[in-house]
Amino acid sequence: MIPAAFDYKRAGSAAEAISLVSQYGDDAKFLAGGHSLLPLMKLRLAQPAVLVDIARLADLSYIRDEGNHVAIGALTRHHDVENSGVLRQHVPLLAHAASHVGDPQVRHRGTIGGSIAHADPASDLPATTLALGATYVAQGPNGTREIAASDFYTGFLESALAPDEMLTEIRVPKMNGATWGFQKFNRRAQDWAIVGVAAWRRGNECGVGLVNMGSTPVLATSVASAIAGGASVADAARLASEDAEPQADMNATAEYRRHLASVLVRRALESQSA
Amino acid sequence: MKIAVTVNGKAREGDVEPRTLLVQWVREALGLTGTNIGCDTSSCGACTVHLDGESVKSCTMLAVQADGCSVTTIEGLANGDTLHPMQQAFMDNHGLQCGYCTPGMVMAAISLLKENPSPTEEDVRIGLEGNLCRCTGYHNIVKSVLAAAGK
Repeated sequence: MIPAAFDYKRAGSAAEAISLVSQYGDDAKFLAGGHSLLPLMKLRLAQPAVLVDIARLADLSYIRDEGNHVAIGALTRHHDVENSGVLRQHVPLLAHAASHVGDPQVRHRGTIGGSIAHADPASDLPATTLALGATYVAQGPNGTREIAASDFYTGFLESALAPDEMLTEIRVPKMNGATWGFQKFNRRAQDWAIVGVAAWRRGNECGVGLVNMGSTPVLATSVASAIAGGASVADAARLASEDAEPQADMNATAEYRRHLASVLVRRALESQSA
Repeated sequence: MKIAVTVNGKAREGDVEPRTLLVQWVREALGLTGTNIGCDTSSCGACTVHLDGESVKSCTMLAVQADGCSVTTIEGLANGDTLHPMQQAFMDNHGLQCGYCTPGMVMAAISLLKENPSPTEEDVRIGLEGNLCRCTGYHNIVKSVLAAAGK
């Protein structure tokens, strides 16, 4: 399968990329690792007229310790997130989640920014960064702005990014010794999760993100409220799908997804990894 | 669009439509048909090649994305009549049945050992999660990779 014809532009800087996309409007798409976009284009589910290749903007590939948080350049590949010493030490949940994205070949090409901008509820990193309370930085023609992960996901494959805005950085708070768990339930090793859970906990404080439990990644705020109110993990986990509207597909019914979410949230919160 | 790619150590040039996939260029323009197309949806790994020394799925890359890079295909591994140690290990350990997944398996396995030179059996199984064998011949594939790691 070969994508429909398109024009290809390679940007030499973030500013040039944004200018190119502004020029072509809705018909243009940023191309980073291409591991979400190209499969859609091959299936004709996406048919952009212009691709603006940003993959070579090396200044957007970095992982930096910024004190209270770790800053990750949007073009940092999953492979580099997975193997980052800074992330393994300070945000181990994210490094671990990145190691579960696709397979090694996919992780050699796919980027954290691409995955988040694609806003697929079935992807691991949107829900994981949501659970961690991340902030995303977007650059547009008029400068940069910060978007809380909790405000970012607006619909299926839709985000708060304007068409001419580029995601440039992901800021993830350090976990400071919180325990964490990552649960991904799927049928084949490299598949998307049928349901996935990324969770951390420090005393009565916790964050729980749900993968593939609706049209957007879901923050399970009911679970966090219950834990804050002193509920047991088992009781709190029963509220896992309170904030979700899971759908049925070829892999699972909505009811089965709700059951899975409760089981996986319990396991993730019981995990003693730190 | 004009591209220049080092393929198996040789400088190659092409004039491609932007939508040309890397696997398509390698197979059809360069005649390097050792790289197979399996699922065509980045699931099976049959099309695995190395881009600047790392395994990638060439059905999910545009040829223009490889411009200026170095690509190694299965044809670039042997040194004359001497097989690459990974190829030899697959041969010695009956690491293939129908052989269709083999070029991708070998390329993925070499990339795996580059990142983890002394893998456990579990490391190999997880490291090859992006490559499917429809003959289900995984046992000897894993054995082959472990044998190559021991050399």
